[in-house]
Amino acid sequence: MIRSELIQKIAEENPELSPREAEKIVATVFEEITAALARGDRVELRGFGAFSVKHREGRIGRNPRTGAQVVVEEKAVPFFKTGKLLRDRLNERQA
Amino acid sequence: MSNKTMTRMDLAEAVHAALGLSRNDSAALVESVLQHISDTLVHGEQVKISSFGTFSVRDKSARVGRNPKTGQEVPIHPRRVLSFRASHLLKARVAAGQG
Repeated sequence: MIRSELIQKIAEENPELSPREAEKIVATVFEEITAALARGDRVELRGFGAFSVKHREGRIGRNPRTGAQVVVEEKAVPFFKTGKLLRDRLNERQA
Repeated sequence: MSNKTMTRMDLAEAVHAALGLSRNDSAALVESVLQHISDTLVHGEQVKISSFGTFSVRDKSARVGRNPKTGQEVPIHPRRVLSFRASHLLKARVAAGQG
């Protein structure tokens, strides 16, 4: 499923919404999560999962081809941990 | 860095503010977005949200694990796990910081 298909499903389920509104709802959800992570905040969606930011320390890396040393700066990376309910649902015995 | 935790309620509030729908409807719509993503994944299908990231389901095979405390061997059954790959845009915004 891609973004546009998700928008379409939301629109189909809610005929009172215009396609533009369905689009805006989906955009708002992901934009809010992105903005929270950019602030360094956590996003906890019980049953679904939690998004957080992990900090990677800077290190001296090496170009594997040339062997040259390169400085890898410290950085923040987004991380997702699956929620318990969703994890369990993924492993339900298939009927 | 503010170290706060955003929840469904904050997402619903944002939808309410952006579209002017009632708080109840906004909350139901946020839930429905999460539900569709979950259902698709449970089905074994991946979910690709452009400019955000991709959720995909991976099969893990059985292996022998070990209780680190007792050293006892425990079988780990084959299972399905979810992995999330952040898009370049999301990675760039998180690396740059500042909302």
